Amino acid sequence: MKAQAQGKAIHHEPARESDSRPVVPSHGTARSLLSYAMAFFILFCLWVILSGKFDLFHLSLGVISCLMVTLFSKDLLFPEPRTAGSFAIWIRFIRYIPWLLYQIFMANLHVLYLVFHPKMMDLIDPQIFRLQSSLKGDLALVTFANSITLTPGTITVYVSIDGTFTVHALDKQSREGLPGEMERRIAKAFGEE
Amino acid sequence: MDVIVVFLIICGLIFFTGGAVGILRFPDFYSRLHPAGKLDTGGALLIMVALALFNLHHFSLSTLLTGFKIILIVVFVFLSSPTAIHGIVDAGVRAGLGPWTKKND
Repeated sequence: MKAQAQGKAIHHEPARESDSRPVVPSHGTARSLLSYAMAFFILFCLWVILSGKFDLFHLSLGVISCLMVTLFSKDLLFPEPRTAGSFAIWIRFIRYIPWLLYQIFMANLHVLYLVFHPKMMDLIDPQIFRLQSSLKGDLALVTFANSITLTPGTITVYVSIDGTFTVHALDKQSREGLPGEMERRIAKAFGEE
Repeated sequence: MDVIVVFLIICGLIFFTGGAVGILRFPDFYSRLHPAGKLDTGGALLIMVALALFNLHHFSLSTLLTGFKIILIVVFVFLSSPTAIHGIVDAGVRAGLGPWTKKND
C-alpha cells in the first residue's frame, strides 16, 4: 500500500513542485527501526499467507528474503518514518475502511440505478470541477484521491501537492457529497484535525 | 451459508452486468470510465467475498489460507483499480479530450 501510495504521489506532482518540497528529516534511529520492523512484518505476513507452510525451512527462507527486501527497499517502502511509525494512525486508518466500504456500496447502487434508468441521459450531468482540500500529508492526500475514485460517480483527475483536487463527477448528487464527511474522516484518521 | 454465497454472487454478477451496460450507454470517454472502473470493483468485491465464504465450508488451516489469499486479491484490486482509472483519465486530459456536458446548461 505504501509503495503504491508513494508512486502515485510522485506521479501527481510535476517536477517543478517536487523540487520545492522540504526534505523530511529523519527522526532518529528508533523511528527508522520501527518502520523497518513494520515493513518486515507486513512482508512476512504476506510470505506466510502465500506460502502456507509452517516448517522451519520455509519460515527461515521467508525471514531471509523478507529481510533482504526490507533492506533493499528502505527508500521505497517507508521513507517517512514519522507517518509510518505511528501505530495510532494505522489503527484509525483501519477503522476508516468499513465506513469507506459502506460508502462504496451505497454509491455503487446509485451508479447501478443510473445505468439501468431508461432516461439516463436526463439524469446525468457530467462535469469537471475543482475542490480545495485542507489535508496536508502526502498519504492523506493519496488516500483521499483514491477514496474519491473508488466512490462511484466521482473520479480524481488531478491532485496538486497543496490540496487542490480536480474531480470528474457523473451527476449532481455525487458532486454535492464531496468535500464533506469523507475528508473529515480522513483528516481524523491521519490526525490532521 | 449456501444462500448467502449464492446471493452475494448474484449481486456481484448484477454489478458486473451494470458495468458492461454502463460502458455501452454512457455518452463519453470520462463518464464511461465510471461504471467500467467502479462497478467492476464492487462486483469483484462481492464475488470474492462469496468465494472466500464458500471456501470456508470445511474449516481447516489450508482453507483459511486460501480465504486470506482471496481477500488479498480484493485488497490489490482496490489499490490498483483507482490508480488505473486515474491513469486513463489523466491520459485523456493530457490528450486534450474535453468532457461531454449537457447542452442546455
